[in-house]
Amino acid sequence: MIRDITLGQYFPGKSPIHRLDARTKIIATFMFIVEMFIVNNFWGFVIAGIGLFTVIGISRVPLKFIFRGLTAVFLIIAFTFIINLFMFDGRILWHWWIFKITYEGLIRACFMVIRLVLLILGSSILTLCTKPIALTDGLEKLLRPFSRFGVPSHEIALMMTIALRFIPTLMEETDKIIKAQQARGADFESGNILRRAKSLIPILVPLFISSFRIAQELALAMEARCYHGGDGRTRMNEIHFNKEDVVAAVWMVAFLGIIIGSRFIR
Amino acid sequence: MSIEINNLRYVYNPGMPGETVALNDVSLTIGDGEMVGIIGHTGSGKSTLLQHMNGLLKPASGDVFVDGQCITDGKANLVDIRRKVGLVFQYPEYQLFEETVAKDVAFGPRNLGIEGEELDKTIQEAIEIVGLNYNEIQNSSPFELSGGMKRRVAIAGVIAMRPSVLILDEPTAGLDPTAHREILSMIRRINDNREIIIIFVSHNMDDIANMCSRVVVMDKGKVSLEGTPQEVFAQGRLLESMGLDVPPVVHIMNKISDEVSGFYSSALTIDEAAKDIREYIKRKK
Amino acid sequence: MRYNKLVMNKEKNKTYISVHNLIVDFTQINEEGIEEIKTRAIDDVSFDIEKGSFISIIGMNGSGKSTLAKCLNGLIEPNSGEVIVDGMNTSDEEHLWDIRSRVGMVFQNPDNQIVSSLVEDDVAFGPENLGVDPAEIRQRVDHALKQVDMYDCKDKGAHMLSGGQKQRIAIAGALAMRPDCIIFDEPTAMLDPKGKLQVMDIIKELNREGITTILITHYMNEAEQADRIIILKKGKVYSDGKPKDLFSNRRLIEGAGLEMPPLIDLRDKAGLPESATTLEDIICLLK
Repeated sequence: MIRDITLGQYFPGKSPIHRLDARTKIIATFMFIVEMFIVNNFWGFVIAGIGLFTVIGISRVPLKFIFRGLTAVFLIIAFTFIINLFMFDGRILWHWWIFKITYEGLIRACFMVIRLVLLILGSSILTLCTKPIALTDGLEKLLRPFSRFGVPSHEIALMMTIALRFIPTLMEETDKIIKAQQARGADFESGNILRRAKSLIPILVPLFISSFRIAQELALAMEARCYHGGDGRTRMNEIHFNKEDVVAAVWMVAFLGIIIGSRFIR
Repeated sequence: MSIEINNLRYVYNPGMPGETVALNDVSLTIGDGEMVGIIGHTGSGKSTLLQHMNGLLKPASGDVFVDGQCITDGKANLVDIRRKVGLVFQYPEYQLFEETVAKDVAFGPRNLGIEGEELDKTIQEAIEIVGLNYNEIQNSSPFELSGGMKRRVAIAGVIAMRPSVLILDEPTAGLDPTAHREILSMIRRINDNREIIIIFVSHNMDDIANMCSRVVVMDKGKVSLEGTPQEVFAQGRLLESMGLDVPPVVHIMNKISDEVSGFYSSALTIDEAAKDIREYIKRKK
Repeated sequence: MRYNKLVMNKEKNKTYISVHNLIVDFTQINEEGIEEIKTRAIDDVSFDIEKGSFISIIGMNGSGKSTLAKCLNGLIEPNSGEVIVDGMNTSDEEHLWDIRSRVGMVFQNPDNQIVSSLVEDDVAFGPENLGVDPAEIRQRVDHALKQVDMYDCKDKGAHMLSGGQKQRIAIAGALAMRPDCIIFDEPTAMLDPKGKLQVMDIIKELNREGITTILITHYMNEAEQADRIIILKKGKVYSDGKPKDLFSNRRLIEGAGLEMPPLIDLRDKAGLPESATTLEDIICLLK
């Protein structure tokens, strides 16, 4: 259950998408997110979907693997659909007591769900096709111009690296603690909200203590390996733009144009 | 009191790319007051098996009977099962969470609805049986104790639920030799005092040979060997092929038996081996 | 490479680390807000470690082993006394990074010392911190991974590995800094028997290649394999000598709260003479 979340996982490969500079991919993802809010009609989503699935095809990441990421956020998607479904006035299609479904609400709900799914798929392509270290390096470089204004770009990047690294470790730890407390007769499922919240204490306290212990040990291990901040650090794989990135950039701009154009399709 | 396991099968991530059969047709019966050792390489299915014994995992097929009651048919009262079968995980000290030792030990029995004087008595007994001084320690923070003591407090937390079966998953991992000895003598004491069935998982073959009356060997999700320590540790080759070993003293005795004609010993512990050598010397004279 | 080995052999008897009257106190703030000594973790410890040697430090929990280890590469600054590594004082801020790159360290918990999600990126962490040229880092990382026999796993995610494999990655991470010496702080405590053996094999192999090795352990069969053992008790050096000499002295070993190796234990309990120290000796006696 808890381990099924593929968010932030890397899928090793050598496709053109994998080879692109992380910065290109971060910017492309950012543009895609913006584009998803530019789109205002059905055809726009079709175009965006074709674009996205072309990229997925090039990346050679199995579709099954990508869609597994969606199952983890299924509840959020369902919730968005229902909220939008009932929230709009207009031509009434169905009516019961204070609930009503309108034509506009239905369209709106469908659009929101498509938007959300495309957004999640689009951003999971970024993490699936980019090594975590390249991703954080890319982010660090993109943020570097802002360090003049006090943005700690190196520290943010390092924090992300460590966070990505320790997600699986902490999940395992949580799983273990839950089971250990269950074996001591702990009950997390019954009672009212207050009782349930209280029943989390035996999980949260050990988890906090574990994370502090991990942090302390990790800090020591990093110091032992001569970590002393971002100054004077080098990288094994320096990221740099090449021809493929230029090609990608041209496509990205063209795609933005097409998406804006789609607003005028009637 | 007994545990009976019939044709147990368990699959991780069924239908997913990472599907793995963790247990395959495992059957096992453990009777009153026994001390059973389970050995097996990492990933052999030991931990998965343990978690079935108190209902933390549900099998894909097969069933588990605790004290004649089936715990896998969905009708069983899990709280009742977990009271009967206490499970101490690896590094149990990482689950401590209360401000004082006494409060932490009380967590289990409280969940079972034990209150008042009976609760106090249960806590005191549990802390004493793991070899700690109740009056000295009850009000101190569990986080300020030494590693070995923390572990004993965590074990007391399970014993306080008065289980009839106590499962210990590598209870000596990462301890220094002194703390290691203390944990072993604590386990013996629990087994003697309360006639609890003890199921003891360890990578330390010496401990298994010294403590257990029966050994179960797990390999690739199956029980591959079962018997007295003598029977099991006589299969050195087979154990080696499963990534396991025999106690160090067995290596020594095998080597001596090979080199010295007329000498044979199947001793598993240092004391037995020393006795065999003494007798051999006497005989030779 | 070969040339290096020759040089190392030549220097073999040179002192590499020397510890003089080391004292480390753990302090706490008392109720009046004044700092006071809680425990003296290291109490006037002195010894020398020769280049290329294999030393084991043993003792009960709380005897000061880990604290001592952390003093040797400047992770802990002593309250008094000094540690000199290859002529440099660990209290000298200026040499700190130099010392830590020469004296690598591998910790007990395999999970909590791996920084990056991918194996090769993690091994590169040390040399990256030292500002080594990218092409050279690549070379070092590949070589270090081959040394611990994990080259095939270089593209794998760290969370996919077994404990023993993670520990080998941690060793590779230390090796990539090209250290003269590696301190292993209970490296096998959390591993299964197979992982323990693999890690010990690598440690011995690295020592043969000339790396000064300091092994902290609870396992007497591991300590036995060193050239020299230092036993700590309550922050003091309780005993210091060859494994053979120490382990033949039951009172000494048991006094430190430790355990006799099985062979010696058996010899004593069977009433065989103390002159027998190896299995071959015992076989000869019985023949």
